[in-house]
Amino acid sequence: MTLTDQVTPPGHVEAPEPADVADLGAARPLRADVWRRFKRNRMAMVGLGFILLLALVAAFAPLIAPYGITERASGQFREGPSVDHWFGTDDIGRDVFSRVVYGARVSLRIGFLATAISLVLGLLLGAISGFFGGSIDTIIMRITDVFLAIPYFVLAISVATVFGRSENSIIVILGITGWLFIARIVRSSFLGLRRLEYVEAATALGFSRWRIMFRHVLPNALQPIIVYGTISVGAVILAEAALSFLGVGPQEPTPAWGLMVSEAKGSLTNAPHLLFFPAGAIVLTVLAFILIGDGLRDALDPKLK
Amino acid sequence: MTSYIIRRLLLIIPTVFIALSFLFVLFFALPGDPANLIAGGAERNIPQQTLDQINERYGLDNPLYEQFTDYWQRTVQWDLGESYLSRRSVNSILGEKAVASLRLAIWAIIIEIVVGIAVGLLSAIRRYSLSDKLTTIFTALASAIPVFVLGFVMQWLFAVKPNQWDWPEWARLRTSGIGPNSWALFFIPTGEQWRYLILPAIALASVTTALLARMTRGSMLEVLRADYMRTARAKGLRERDVVLRHGLRNAMLPVVTLIGLDFGTAIGAAVLTETTFTWPGLGSQIAQSVSDRDLPVLLGLTLVVVLAYAFVNIVVDVSYAWFDPRIRLGKGEHA
Repeated sequence: MTLTDQVTPPGHVEAPEPADVADLGAARPLRADVWRRFKRNRMAMVGLGFILLLALVAAFAPLIAPYGITERASGQFREGPSVDHWFGTDDIGRDVFSRVVYGARVSLRIGFLATAISLVLGLLLGAISGFFGGSIDTIIMRITDVFLAIPYFVLAISVATVFGRSENSIIVILGITGWLFIARIVRSSFLGLRRLEYVEAATALGFSRWRIMFRHVLPNALQPIIVYGTISVGAVILAEAALSFLGVGPQEPTPAWGLMVSEAKGSLTNAPHLLFFPAGAIVLTVLAFILIGDGLRDALDPKLK
Repeated sequence: MTSYIIRRLLLIIPTVFIALSFLFVLFFALPGDPANLIAGGAERNIPQQTLDQINERYGLDNPLYEQFTDYWQRTVQWDLGESYLSRRSVNSILGEKAVASLRLAIWAIIIEIVVGIAVGLLSAIRRYSLSDKLTTIFTALASAIPVFVLGFVMQWLFAVKPNQWDWPEWARLRTSGIGPNSWALFFIPTGEQWRYLILPAIALASVTTALLARMTRGSMLEVLRADYMRTARAKGLRERDVVLRHGLRNAMLPVVTLIGLDFGTAIGAAVLTETTFTWPGLGSQIAQSVSDRDLPVLLGLTLVVVLAYAFVNIVVDVSYAWFDPRIRLGKGEHA
């Protein structure tokens, strides 16, 4: 086996495709450029397709699900997949397929809303920290130090135990425990950007510091945050599942995927389908967000490829 | 360098203080009377006299700030109190659980290093090959599976199925508990022990192995393009030496960071894995004590985890300078 053959020669530059050459110099909005590169990434497109499909399923859940989430089929407990019940029935005779379909609503809502909370907190605090510096920077960074020092699940289950287990409080808990890394990423982008010429120019023009911070610096610091935010939606869905497993997630009869999986652990021997279908839904959804995030990273920064 | 290390060590003190104080205060916001819980649970009707005795014994009627100062006065002398539930001293619980956690963590890290680096390296030098693509898919998949789902699937495959299909005895693994707890040289399983160790170790290693493989691949791809790689080839070194001695070594910096951080995580944050496999370590005990509201155990164990994590972080940062002498610690340090 020689290793030489497979290695790309150093300094080798991939030949640009003809379309690239033709477009060189043509003014094109950045967004179209990113989208063009993103489209070429097949895995990322598959991920995006899956999430769009899932969003449709969530939106039209009542039309798709053949049964209600609490509806019980009499006498059919823990039955395997069949024509009537595509994903089988659970311990008390509820249709697993319907619950997984409705679960898409729960997971997407938790994933997007908690990530939105984290993004708002992280962007705001990270921007303030990186732009103003000084003692406010020190305070914010020490706060992130403290909370990053506590293992994530110890923090999350402690907060969840205190704030209760409704779906909304889970969203808030995952939101307020998720902003730490975002703040750090934003801060380090801001540290690099605030010394650039255009910031100086804007200052010289007499713009207020908040305007410069949000109108001029922030758009340039967004790239890593877009990627992190996308992957983070998946990470939040995973975290929700983990909280359910530890008994501090959403409660019955919420059709949360994580809750369904953790309830399946007692039935591994005689009803493994109770584990596989909701678990499959979690894995595919999280995977899709990871693939989209990876695709975005490559599309936003072609140098990395 | 020394002043940098001292400064970092001193910074641990406020961090730990605020982190534990936060958890301490948080638990006073919990609904329910702790004395009631200690006496046996919220549902039972407990005589007032018993409640008074418990409050007296643990100082639970004192105002919050008094309990708070009292807690810290004892904690700085490493008197971590005793469990509300089992009355065992937190120190003895700690001794037992930390050892179990450490053993599991060591094996998870061994798996992570061996598999993660090997897969990442192969994937990088055979970029775009089938195995590279498979690696990309599997590493993404491993990051997407909740650890406990992986645990359940492995339990189903290696413990439920072998019984149904009547597999030979040697192929059957155990899915819960720590087993005979027999070890040689602290961490090498002896006798039947490996049957109990292997599944939780793989589960704990899964996510970090995937991350490490991705990071090794990315870092290696960057290094492979470097000028010194061309130089190494030009002077006629064998490809194996070029890749391993010049490439891998330079690609190790971010990789070592990750391994260090993972070790901290594996000790403390193995909450899910340990709970799934009922491995009696720090993580599962912390999760249990949160739901039992066993504050002394929660705080004592978290204290140790936070300290371990902080020390590991410092070691990792210092090792930067060792791996890459161009990095000077403490100068303009503000990141």
